[in-house]
Amino acid sequence: MAAPVAIHLEFGGGAELLFNGVKEHHVTLPSQSEPWDMKQLLVWIQRNLLKERPELFVQGDSVRPGILVLINDADWELMGELDYQLQDQDNVVFISTLHGG
Amino acid sequence: MRYSRQLLLPDLSVQGQLNLSKTSVLIIGCGGLGCPLAQYLAAAGIGRLGLLDYDEVELSNLHRQVLHGEENQGQAKALSAANAVRRLNSTVECIPYHLQLSSENALQLIQQYPAAKSSTYIYNVPTRYLVNDACVLSSKPLVSASALRMEGQLTVYNYRGGPCYRCLYPVPPPPETVTNCSDGGVLGVVPGIMGCFQALEVIKIASGQGSSCGQQLVMFDAQDARFRSIKLRPKQTGCAVCGENPSVTKLVDYESFCGSAATDKCRKLNLLSRDQRITVQDYQSIMDKAEPHLLLDVRPLVEVDICHLPFSLNIPLSSLEERKSEHIQLFQERISQLKQQMAGDCRPPVYVICKLGNDSQKAVQVLEKMSGSEVDSITVKDICGGLMAWAKRIDPTFPQY
Ligand SMILES: [Zn+2]
Repeated sequence: MAAPVAIHLEFGGGAELLFNGVKEHHVTLPSQSEPWDMKQLLVWIQRNLLKERPELFVQGDSVRPGILVLINDADWELMGELDYQLQDQDNVVFISTLHGG
Repeated sequence: MRYSRQLLLPDLSVQGQLNLSKTSVLIIGCGGLGCPLAQYLAAAGIGRLGLLDYDEVELSNLHRQVLHGEENQGQAKALSAANAVRRLNSTVECIPYHLQLSSENALQLIQQYPAAKSSTYIYNVPTRYLVNDACVLSSKPLVSASALRMEGQLTVYNYRGGPCYRCLYPVPPPPETVTNCSDGGVLGVVPGIMGCFQALEVIKIASGQGSSCGQQLVMFDAQDARFRSIKLRPKQTGCAVCGENPSVTKLVDYESFCGSAATDKCRKLNLLSRDQRITVQDYQSIMDKAEPHLLLDVRPLVEVDICHLPFSLNIPLSSLEERKSEHIQLFQERISQLKQQMAGDCRPPVYVICKLGNDSQKAVQVLEKMSGSEVDSITVKDICGGLMAWAKRIDPTFPQY
């Protein structure tokens, strides 16, 4: 059994509007048999934080185009994307790209 | 010695200043980012500035587009910005382009800026891909920023092994997820800060110091007064335009690629059939004939407070989507009243309006699902073009915001 994982989630660039405008969330992912990865985190967010309009956040088993995912201040592409295994105290940011000026 | 204070900086020095004076920069968009960007580049002694914008100055621009003044309303933004820049520094060669960037003219224009520092602010998705591809195809760095509400973002694309816009966003976002300034609002100083930041990166690149934002995303949160730098992925070998086997080798049709129109103001959704929509003229005659109906305004309260039509019922689109019970109840009450008034007709007409006619279409779809189950049966129609069409075609005294 993997121990529960406490992580810090942040939403920005408008993505927070899908979460009642709340930008920062401290959450604890319950213990489970395998380690938590990003793919499972997206499912967990959909079930536990995102109540409305999931199509504005996810597409297939990843995030929708136009949302950038950052793990501990780095582009998730550098970290293994969906396969990244979450560590206790990780910081995960979902940022929607802005189109204004 | 106009530039003596910056010449004293070892980071710039005489050589850096000479490099600056030989640099050409194309600024795409003379708005909230483009104004401070042009201002600081001109003040610093850039060689040539191309100022491109298809739009005219409006009163609602002035809170953030600080090169334009009250007397410039109605003038082309490119001309107004060029005049302001010339007043500031007559030694800068300044070329206004009052036109919209397109697949036909983009490459030719960008290639005219041989010192290769094209810097831009772009407010919509198709133009972002267009400018990105044009910069990749002509090997120019793209200093790109954006600002919305209380947030800003900045990245230098296609620069020293860093990613291009497509490396980061290979697939365009669904059009309905894109919010722009005329929908979402923006505090003027936020693009001001981001435009100044762009000027800084352009000056660093042009003078030879180089930018450190090539593989970084800088995020600015005005609410928390916080800047953050995020390390981005490098240039992607599989990228459609800058990768090893690019499939995009010339400019393509970006509007169909992105599924939305390239002008900020006319981003129009088309979700409904013709018989589900009426024009503002149709609605005026309904009002004139005093036909019984319900006018539903689905904008957020903050916009309804700015202006609204009399007799409209306000229920924001989000409340309809979330089926907020107090709002649904209110809606049902008004439908019942209308039914009594109409005696006999069992499907009272509901006309839905918003600012530009996008949210109202979504609301019509939601209400049609609810009709006959969650509320009494109704006939729902969208008023095309929303309140801004009303202001333009029916009532010129109605505020345009
Ligand atoms: Zn690329």
